[in-house]
Formats: sequence, C-alpha cells, structure tokens
Amino acid sequence: MPPPNDRRPGFSRRAQLGIFTGYVLAVAGALAGLVLVIVAVVDNGSFAFLRRGANEVVAPVGAAGSAARSGSRNVFEKIGDYFDAANKNAALRREVRIARVQQIRMRALAEENHRLKTLLGVVETSRPPVATTRMVASTSASTRRFAVIGAGTNQGVEVRMPVRTALGLVGRVLEVGPNTSRVLLVTDAENVVPLRRARDGIAAFSEGRADGTLRLRLINVGVNPLKRGDVFVTSGSGGIYRPGIPVAQVQSLTPDGAIARILSDPAASEFVIVDRVFQELPDPAATPAPEPAVQ
Amino acid sequence: MAVVRQPRGLGGRQPLVKQLRRPGAALNERLRKRINRAPSPLLARGVPWLSVMVLSLMPFLPLVASAPIMPPFAFMALLAWRMLRPGMLPVWAGAPLGAFDDLYSGQPFGSAILLWSLAMLVMEIVDVRLRWRGFLQDWALAAALIAAYLVLAAGLANATGGNSPVAAILPQLALSLILHPLVTRLVAGLDRFRLIPISRAPSGLGR
Repeated sequence: MPPPNDRRPGFSRRAQLGIFTGYVLAVAGALAGLVLVIVAVVDNGSFAFLRRGANEVVAPVGAAGSAARSGSRNVFEKIGDYFDAANKNAALRREVRIARVQQIRMRALAEENHRLKTLLGVVETSRPPVATTRMVASTSASTRRFAVIGAGTNQGVEVRMPVRTALGLVGRVLEVGPNTSRVLLVTDAENVVPLRRARDGIAAFSEGRADGTLRLRLINVGVNPLKRGDVFVTSGSGGIYRPGIPVAQVQSLTPDGAIARILSDPAASEFVIVDRVFQELPDPAATPAPEPAVQ
Repeated sequence: MAVVRQPRGLGGRQPLVKQLRRPGAALNERLRKRINRAPSPLLARGVPWLSVMVLSLMPFLPLVASAPIMPPFAFMALLAWRMLRPGMLPVWAGAPLGAFDDLYSGQPFGSAILLWSLAMLVMEIVDVRLRWRGFLQDWALAAALIAAYLVLAAGLANATGGNSPVAAILPQLALSLILHPLVTRLVAGLDRFRLIPISRAPSGLGR
C-alpha cells in the first residue's frame, strides 16, 4: 500500500489550512464524544429522544427482516421434517397420548386450584395483553442487550411493561416512542428479575451476563439446593412481572446459585407480547401519585 | 441466425447505461459511453459514507441475538476504507459516522463518536510511522484497533450499568479478526463500484 501523498500540500496555503482544520475537527469530535459519554453515563435516559426518532425511521426495515426470519426458519424446518418421518410420527403419536392424559389431569388440577383460591378469597388478575408485536431489532455488537419492538405509545405501551413470548420472559420496556419501544432484555446485566423455582418456590433473582445466560443468586444463602435442569419462573415480587412466567433453566451450579439458560431466546421469536405491569406501584422517580396504590 | 456482438471497445468497463432508442444514434451513444465519461461525483464521494452507515444498521438484520457475537461491521468498514483509500474519508469522519452508529448500537451515546475519532487519529499517526505497509501489517493493525475498540466499548457500556465480564466479548473479538479480510474485500468491491464511469462530468474525481 503506497503512502498517501496528500500529506505534503506544498506551498498552497489553502491545502495546509485544510489539513490543519481536519485535525482540529477530529480532536474536537473525540472531545465531544467524551463529553457525550460522560453525560450518558451520569444520566442513563439522556439522548433517548434521538434513539426514539432513529428507531421510528428504520423500524419498517426491521419488521420486514423479522418476517424473513420466521420464514427462513420454516423452510429449514420443512426440509428437516422429511428425514426420519415415520419414526417421528410414531414418537409424536406416543407423546400426544401421554399429553392427552396429562392435559386432563392438569384441567382437574386447575379446577381444584380455582376452587381453593375462591375459598381463600384470592382475586385472579388476568388481564389481556397490551399489544402483540414484532421484535424488529436487537443490539448485535454491543455488550448491552437491548431490543426494539414495533409497538409504542400509540398501541398503549408504557415504560416498565413486561415483554414476553409464549415460551417465556424476554424483558421489560425501557423507552417508548410513538410506534416503537426499546426493551431491556433479561440477558442484560442491568436487568434483575425476581424468580422462584417452579417446583417448590425457592426464591432467587437473576442478573444477565451479556452472553446469553443468566446468573441466578439465591436469596437464602446456605447449602445450594439447585440442580441442573431446574426451571425458574417469575415470582411476582417487585410488581413488574406477574408470577409464573417461565424464565430460565439451570445449566451449571455456582457456590451461591447457578448459571441458567434463558428459555425464550430472542433469536427464535418473531412475535412478542407486551403485558401490563402486574401491580402498579408508585414510581419513586415520578411525581407523587395523587393516591397511593392499594396493595 | 444473426448474432449481434457487442464490440468490447477499448477494454474499458461496460457502462450500466442501456442501449439507446434511435438506431442512428446507437454508435454515437456507444462511443460516448466510454469517451468523456467520469465517475459520478455523488457515488465517488458518497459510497464510503453510505456503506459505513448501512453497516451501522446491522441490529435491524433478521437476527436477534442473545449474546454479543456480531462483529462491529461498521467500525471494521471504516477501518478498511481508511486503509484502502487513505484520505478518502477525512480525519474527522469518525465523529459523524460514530454518532449515527450510536443511535442504533445500544452503546451509551457518544461512545462510538469518541472511539471512532480516536481510531482515525491513531491511523493518522500510524501512517506517519509505517509508511509502506503490506496487507498482513494492515491486518495486524486492524486487529489491534478492533480489539482496543471492543474492550473500550464494553468498558463504556459497563459504566452505564451492567457489569458484563470481558470474557463475554472474546468470541466476538475472534470473529471480527477473522472477518477483517472479508470486510476489506467488500470495501474493495464498493471502491470499484463507486468509480464506474457513468456521468458526463469531465472532471477527474476519484483518487
């Protein structure tokens, strides 16, 4: 590669000044970047308006992309289905038979549960979701894990609302634009979710590890009772997520908890569901509510 | 069966302009395509900027990842343009391109403005010290810059909350270093594309 020859402008005053101005601008750009980073670090929500506008502009592209994603997956699945079809068919029949029995048992249990709950006077709060929308983008190169979904204030989405798929929890809404919102994924290190073990309700909370797994920390420190394959669901404490949304499965154990794999991989989901905040709590950051929420 | 052969002319690239309407004007037109044609100044100047910005939109690909595995393609393209065509992008190009990248990358706003500007300045210094470089040296230089960029970007991301371990970016780093020649290849292709002679402007643009 030959060296650039525009470094020696000769006697042209204009060219000399041009090069000098370039350097000044570059250093000024770096300094401006430093200032902006410091502002962004001090106040996390700053520049949200810029991102909001930028996402609104490009979101249609992302929507097309997300359709392509589910489409391409179907093609591969369809090809794969032809291999070993007979055995698969038999296995599926067997599974359906077992599932049917289990379904009846579950229905009976749900019925009984409902009856017991009415006896106790617990009020079921199951409200319809706010929006069902596409996931249009997610940070790919950054260690922060954000995603953009195709619904915003126009669809009734608000900050703090939980986002999930049919398989499990995805994250919660962080910033809202008119037609897009930014979601803090469960795998982000800033996202802490209160959980309990699905089997017996051992309480824990999860922190993202930015590499697709979660770190589970038990609330009661002692002998680690977790085992590989344990499934954790949201516990409902904290008030954002309603209890019982599946989140993660234990992959390996650590001294004070476990490393868990998330159940609802954002990479495998085209559509996401935005739920209401489980229990509205007065937001300490916002202006004080006219009346405190009744717990 | 008459086979109409297109005369290949002076060995130049066949322009993209379609064959024209009147038969009498066809020869004229064909000659005019190669003579007195220059690259469109818009393409010649705009393709480097545009390609980096399009690669900044990577998060909108139909690939929602749960881990940071995607290489920073926009930054890699910026480096490749800088190495392949020194002086094509001005020294200060890191700031505006970085600002655009920050809108979509999920990093705290300003991190790419800072790091890309610094990378451009480092390249200026390197150009003074190492005047004749081969591709392997360029690759090693890009590897150093990309590694520094990823580590510093992760550090800035951690400063805004989140404490991801440095180990989380190792797969991404490895992938980026391997893919650098590919990105250079892509940029070289774009470099050919931007200099296709299509406009009538006689000024010799394109370095």
